[in-house]
Amino acid sequence: MICNNKKSRYFLQGNIAVGEAAIMSGARFFAGYPITPSSEIAEHASVSLPAVGGTYIQMEDEIGSLAAVIGASMTGAKAYTATSGPGISLMSENIGLACMVEAPCVIITVQRAGPSTGLATKPAQGDFLQVRHGTHGDHMIIALSPASVQECFDLTIQAFNFSERFRCPVFLVLDGIIGKMYETVEIPKRDKIEIVNRKQATGQPGKFQPYRPDEDMVPPFAPFGSSFIARANGSGHGIDGYPSADANNHEQLVYRLINKIERYKEEISLFKKFNTSDADILMISYGCSIRPAMAAMKKAREERIKVGVLQLQTLWPFPINIIKSFISKVRLVLIPELSLGQLKSEIIKYSKDIPVIGINKLGGISIQPEDILNVLYKEIAK
Amino acid sequence: MKYNGKKYLKKELLPFFWCPGCGNGIIFAAMTRAMEENNLKKKDIVAVTGIGCWGKADDYLTTHAFHGTHGRAIPVATGIKLVNPLLNVFALVGDGDGATIGGNHLIHAARRNIDIIVVMSNNLNYGMTGGQYSGTTPYSSITSTSRTGHVEDGFDVSSLVKSAGAGYVAKTTIANPRMIQKFISKAIKKKYGFRFIEIISICPTHYGKYNKMNNAVGMIKDIKQKTINIKKVEQLSPKELENKIIVGEYNNQNIEGYIKRYRKKINK
Repeated sequence: MICNNKKSRYFLQGNIAVGEAAIMSGARFFAGYPITPSSEIAEHASVSLPAVGGTYIQMEDEIGSLAAVIGASMTGAKAYTATSGPGISLMSENIGLACMVEAPCVIITVQRAGPSTGLATKPAQGDFLQVRHGTHGDHMIIALSPASVQECFDLTIQAFNFSERFRCPVFLVLDGIIGKMYETVEIPKRDKIEIVNRKQATGQPGKFQPYRPDEDMVPPFAPFGSSFIARANGSGHGIDGYPSADANNHEQLVYRLINKIERYKEEISLFKKFNTSDADILMISYGCSIRPAMAAMKKAREERIKVGVLQLQTLWPFPINIIKSFISKVRLVLIPELSLGQLKSEIIKYSKDIPVIGINKLGGISIQPEDILNVLYKEIAK
Repeated sequence: MKYNGKKYLKKELLPFFWCPGCGNGIIFAAMTRAMEENNLKKKDIVAVTGIGCWGKADDYLTTHAFHGTHGRAIPVATGIKLVNPLLNVFALVGDGDGATIGGNHLIHAARRNIDIIVVMSNNLNYGMTGGQYSGTTPYSSITSTSRTGHVEDGFDVSSLVKSAGAGYVAKTTIANPRMIQKFISKAIKKKYGFRFIEIISICPTHYGKYNKMNNAVGMIKDIKQKTINIKKVEQLSPKELENKIIVGEYNNQNIEGYIKRYRKKINK
């Protein structure tokens, strides 16, 4: 570990801040496959995990990586992996498995320009929908996205906490800029960080049913090897973990897997707002597009144009109520993103008559403040 | 029989969902006997399966179980074993699951010598989906997707796993349940490294029907006829070995397991 808590400020790369936070969260297992621009997270894990009694393993591909992470999680370890869009494509099969067996795990994706191999070393934000819908079937995941190295640290802690609380995969969505960037980070003392651990099974082992949910819809957990005999099942299953193809059971199961997250959406929906109280023009964005948005806002404000910024830290479940409440107060919405409008495609579902304009860019180069201002001036002049 | 393995059997879920004449029941019985022979506690066993007929085996077990995705039982088992090395982790895979869609995981698990036991039921076709050809289907044989005879050769899985580096590799057939039990029991006793047991099985419903092999009894007789012990192989010509099932221990060496090696390296 780099952050030994001897001091409070460290100069770290985004990817490394993620790795440090993972260890502090109590993560003790990493399985992955190297891929630019995420590889530092694997390298960090290969050194840091053995030092705290954990395990690093490099698998033969991303399919096996997430499979091993899920196996480790169901044996009681906090487990994570890191990749980029091409790796998420391979992991997609087992993302659904993690949802279905209710394996807490954190999947870090550092977005690069696609499709396919795309521009391996260049950033993008084209995987916003991939993390949500990459796997088949109705399901729900949580996705958080940092816009600074500090947030890389803070949201990694949060990602592990959510995954433990809700027993679901949580994505941490970085991009090539945020992951590779160096900034100063405040690392709190370990005892000042709130760490959540999954609920453990209690009562008589003989009566244990691995998928009997509590009031919060999340079943208590028993690791493999405990006297509570555990069954993890990726196929349709009853509360006992044995297979069930019953129609009602399947409906209840899938609804529960979604609603155990949806029900707590307000607590999960993290965001930051800047100058939104008097704004009549709102920019909504996340990750690497926040900085150009902030710079454009500053310039516009100098010119007395009332622009505000809404930064989404939680991407999924989509914070519909937050989006609606902010949009209803403005006359124009701008969505800068390093893709052809994936975030925008979600926002326009809730914008009613308010115009929503995307500021989009390909080529693996960050959006510039001027790109935003040009659109802003044009829209105001209309 | 001294052991019946019944404490590992979830009796309420019987009868097995497998077709009449399927070899999986024989493998299941031999495997649970081997568990009992070694006094394994239910709580110390995790059965990991993927998808396929043999991938339903965990449904009938009273041990810990993980029923996951097609072909991924071995990497799931890898994660389980690495977090709790005291567990006896069994990956129960078929020829489709283990040697075809999951073939890459199989050879890499063998190479890294991860400390799990793989029990492969090889019935030479995809039974669950209707008898299509798999990675072990022999040349010229008929399946629902090779009606005029299979174009490709099938894998010799045990030789493949041996060359990939596994310390313990054994192959037998459902015609010899005692040998299945013996090999699995031996694998349990070895405790370390990647231990692979391949069992040639039969699928009378599909493979047998397409290849006009009559019924299960006929297919077992056919297996017996083709079986040659590995100890006799050297005395036979390639022609004599054609289409034969070579059973026995393909490899039995004490190679350090992954977990021991990992600990040594990180403590340097």
